[in-house]
Amino acid sequence: MIQNLKPQYRYPLLIALLLFTVLYLGGGFRLSQNLQEQAVLLTLFAVFWGLSSVALLYIVLNAIAESLPRPLRRMAVALVFAGPAMALLIWALVLPTLRSLRLSFLDANGKEFVGLENFRFAFTDPIMIEAFGNNLLWMIFGTLFCVLGGLLIAVLADQNRYEKLIKSLIFMPMAISFVGAGVIWKFMYSYRGEGINIAEIGLLNALVVALGGEAQPWLLLPLWNNFFLIAIMVWLQTGYAMVIISSAIKAIPESLNEAARVDGANGVRIFASITVPSIMPTIVTVSTTILIFSLKLFDIVRVMTGGNFGTNVIANEFYLRQFTYGNSGQASAIAVVLLVVIIPVLAYNLHQFRGRKALK
Amino acid sequence: MNTKNPFWRGVIGLILLMLVLLWTIPTLGVFITSFRDSQDIYSSGWWTILPHKDWVKVDEFQLPDDTNPNEPVTIEGQTADFDQWRQGVLVSETRRLQWYGNKRSRKIEVFQEQWVGFGANLTFQNYKDVLSTGQVSYQDAQGNTIRRQGNNFTAAVLNSLAVSIPATVIPILIAAFAAYAFAWMEFPGRRPLFIMVVALLVVPLQIALIPILRDYTRWGLNGTFVSMWLAHTGFGLPLAVYLLYNYVSTLPRDIFESAYLDGATPFNTFVRLVLPLSIPALASFAIFQFLWVWNDYLVALVFLGDKHRVMTSALAAMVGEKGQDWHLLTSGAFLSMILPLTVFFALQRFFVRGLMAGSVKG
Repeated sequence: MIQNLKPQYRYPLLIALLLFTVLYLGGGFRLSQNLQEQAVLLTLFAVFWGLSSVALLYIVLNAIAESLPRPLRRMAVALVFAGPAMALLIWALVLPTLRSLRLSFLDANGKEFVGLENFRFAFTDPIMIEAFGNNLLWMIFGTLFCVLGGLLIAVLADQNRYEKLIKSLIFMPMAISFVGAGVIWKFMYSYRGEGINIAEIGLLNALVVALGGEAQPWLLLPLWNNFFLIAIMVWLQTGYAMVIISSAIKAIPESLNEAARVDGANGVRIFASITVPSIMPTIVTVSTTILIFSLKLFDIVRVMTGGNFGTNVIANEFYLRQFTYGNSGQASAIAVVLLVVIIPVLAYNLHQFRGRKALK
Repeated sequence: MNTKNPFWRGVIGLILLMLVLLWTIPTLGVFITSFRDSQDIYSSGWWTILPHKDWVKVDEFQLPDDTNPNEPVTIEGQTADFDQWRQGVLVSETRRLQWYGNKRSRKIEVFQEQWVGFGANLTFQNYKDVLSTGQVSYQDAQGNTIRRQGNNFTAAVLNSLAVSIPATVIPILIAAFAAYAFAWMEFPGRRPLFIMVVALLVVPLQIALIPILRDYTRWGLNGTFVSMWLAHTGFGLPLAVYLLYNYVSTLPRDIFESAYLDGATPFNTFVRLVLPLSIPALASFAIFQFLWVWNDYLVALVFLGDKHRVMTSALAAMVGEKGQDWHLLTSGAFLSMILPLTVFFALQRFFVRGLMAGSVKG
């Protein structure tokens, strides 16, 4: 449209459009700052303004690109299409990685160079060693229970009359936030303590009391409290493992199972010799995803115990270092450690990608 | 598992039933509790709304004023000291007496074992309280009235919407443009840039938080919705570009060529053809991103702080301030779950598809 106009109209129009966009973005932002008191209005306005700004930006940038002389046009259009995403990625992930790396060698305020001091803290401080130990528990037991649980349910529910319903219900916690799950399980573990005629309102303690045991403050029991927290992640993530594993099981050709059955293999034998080997790559992928997940785990610990009572984890210590102690050097060193642990997975993904024929 | 043997069928059915109960009961408990009267919540477990046998108070009487509570007291033929009476003493199979309050009260309550049906006091009061900004009060197990500041979850719901909707749509739009460019345009650096996208899939976002926070402080963006949109867009983009590229690159080449021959610009082709054709992939990612943003706590905590609390931070703050106020915590938790659960159950198919395609994400 605009590119068909005569140059003497085209360029002023483009400049006017660009000006309008800048005003729209800036003015909308100012207006949203002045709407703080009207919550409903602010929400409606923010959503409308945010979405329309992005659309407007693309329309205007594209109009400019398309009005450029032909040799430049193709390049400019590609830049408009891929540019914003790449710019955001570089600003939000690539540069921050380098900046965090730099910060990890600087002091608490990011001013003086302190060498490897922050990494000495990250690897030798008793707080960090405790956090690493707990993360190890999360990674080993969390992943193990999620994957075994997911596998068990996927296998048992396969071809069950209620398969859809069962899988839906086990999968449901995936939609619940970790904070919400924290409240749900804090209520399960709730402990009223000593006193006369106090009814335990937490289901776990009520069951223990009904079976003749004594109510326990579950989240305060050393070492065991980690497992009570891990149980929450297992509750949240088993559905994920189940769904992925289940679809891998269903992808095994029925003829393979049939052939085994004709040869006289029973259910257990088929499971061990056909099912498990066929879905092994899937199990590895799922385990890796959950491993990374438990390495970065933050919300559950933050909400349930705040990292106290011997339940601290690395991601929580990262948060504490930056926002409670104001030490960006130590916090960045912890973040760098997290990244370094994940690098093998990153390398594996890249290796897989290179194997594909994409983008030749 | 497919087995003909009825015994194993029964065992498998039983195991599955147990697992399903284990997975649903915790949520059910919070759901039921959120509708119970606060005094009931603190004096009995939520499962007591089911029919069960329980001791019900049927009467009370006063002991004579000259009863000495420091010596064993005999009532209805049973002798026991104060502590035992305070705990409650069975005087017959179905009648239990219990001293009420301190030694001076000399009041005895009579309990009888009875079947209790679905007699719960259900109420919306907890929801009203948690949504309110003003003072709210509730009754604890002893019937004392306790005052609290409301948690203003109304604002949290609005803030969550203001964060989540743009933070879901913006990355989709930006990623779709980029996916189209990677799939169907020639430009220098195309392959290395896409390798960068793949590499960024698993980068932990902790590494980005502090530098981005520094930028926001410099630009005065801390605590604004814009800061959340930008951050969530940045963090969601690798997966979005990757998923959408996989989809868009499988669209047939012919449609682009015929559109080009008709004189359509890439922009028109994108808006008229690519977006409508990619709806399944867009929906998969949209659900994925929406659930992630709505349920996110860390990013909101870092960039929004207490200025515009979203649902998760409001709920987490309430756990910190009022960790035992279960009537507020349960209703707040359930409020935060309604929308994601609805989206989840309505669009589960798309969600699963996105999950499969994106299981490389960290």
